[in-house]
Amino acid sequence: MKPSIWVKMDTWVRHSVPFGITVFLLLLTAIPTHMPGLAGIAPMLPLMGVYYWAIYRPDLLPAWLAFIIGLLYDIVGGTPLGVNALVMLLVQGTAASQRKFFLGKSFAVTWWAFALLTGGAIGIAWLLVSALKGRTIDPMPVLFEYLMTLSLFPLLTWALARTQMAFLRDV
Amino acid sequence: MKQSGATGRLATLRLLVQRFAFLSLMVGAGALMILGKADIVLIEQTRALVADAVAPVLDAMGRPAATVAQVTDNFHELANLRTENARLKEENTKLMHWQIVARRLESENVVLHEQLNVIPDPDPAFVTARVIGDMGSAFGHSMLLGSGSKDGVRKGQAVLAGEVLVGHIAEVGVRSARMLLITDINARTPVVVESSRTRAILTGDNSSRPRLNYVSGSPSISVGDRIVTAASGGAFPPGIPVGVVSSVQDGIIRVEPFIQRHSLEFVSVVDFGLGGILPFERPPPPERRRRGKEE
Repeated sequence: MKPSIWVKMDTWVRHSVPFGITVFLLLLTAIPTHMPGLAGIAPMLPLMGVYYWAIYRPDLLPAWLAFIIGLLYDIVGGTPLGVNALVMLLVQGTAASQRKFFLGKSFAVTWWAFALLTGGAIGIAWLLVSALKGRTIDPMPVLFEYLMTLSLFPLLTWALARTQMAFLRDV
Repeated sequence: MKQSGATGRLATLRLLVQRFAFLSLMVGAGALMILGKADIVLIEQTRALVADAVAPVLDAMGRPAATVAQVTDNFHELANLRTENARLKEENTKLMHWQIVARRLESENVVLHEQLNVIPDPDPAFVTARVIGDMGSAFGHSMLLGSGSKDGVRKGQAVLAGEVLVGHIAEVGVRSARMLLITDINARTPVVVESSRTRAILTGDNSSRPRLNYVSGSPSISVGDRIVTAASGGAFPPGIPVGVVSSVQDGIIRVEPFIQRHSLEFVSVVDFGLGGILPFERPPPPERRRRGKEE
């Protein structure tokens, strides 16, 4: 039986949720929080989105969409164009290729792998930005950003898992 | 699980295509970095275009956040009402004294201006813009403003919050603009020490307290000295407050800027009629090529 147009549209909307959520996370990072201390450093929320969907639904957030998210991240955040595009691409590629390892593993393992992967990703971003700007960038804020991203991972994973349950349980 | 030959080959082909696409995207990212480094106009325009597209969404999303911040601020203020009042009273007595001094100096200044036939500085035109995006990246300090070239924002213009220097405009779209803070690693601001008139360059390094470099002469800069903009370079008008010297250690002088990044909600983009921080206009093409076009 051929699905009706409404069913198709419904599926299409549901399938665009991972990309939509990740872009939303990106914009969320960019909102001025007006909180002292938080203004200089914000967690890399879109990175978590890309990582999560690369493991659980790599078909809905493929490499080229991760690339686009990275480009948007560069433009909104003011980093040299291409840096975050490459970082997101690498994170998506690595996570998606190792997803069989993650499926069915405990949350701690996912967290630990995220810590490794993000460490590498932020390290590469730091190297690239330093090379492109021709000056070494103070690594302390970068480290702080990394730790902040790590500590927010459980909360965000929970939210993303709820989203997946709500929208993508059987499509 | 066994697959038939055709399906297997198709799967291999798909995998190859995927690998190839992944590799080409990686190469694409690298190419973008190199193009961006070369300052291609196209890259800049694309950035501005995308920023323009995102600006209304960010603006709408930021408004509730601003309201929440206001409410928490209100509670905070209510809790500290008494101490704040005592502090303000004390400050008021100090300021009353300064007001008397300022009045006297102003009248003296007017008389001196008249005697010397000083031409007054023109009043600058300005645009007030809302801060709509602050990514808080560890790799650079910049903000997205909700006004662009259609509102009269131009590249290189100074950005002030109140009377205090915040930064300058680095990229301009039609309805959004990117402002580089004075703390950004790429920011260079010509400044003078207010009391001794020692010239220096304020160099951002992505920390909250930028460094004072290229200090001229044999300076005696001490903690607490006020730093204001210098007229040199034709970038900013002289005398805009920037910050105070916060530490002098081993020849490294650090300045605590007056701006509080988290409290920036509206900023004024000011057109002082000067060239801006850098000569952004490209030099005209060589004479020969232009003549060739006319023929």
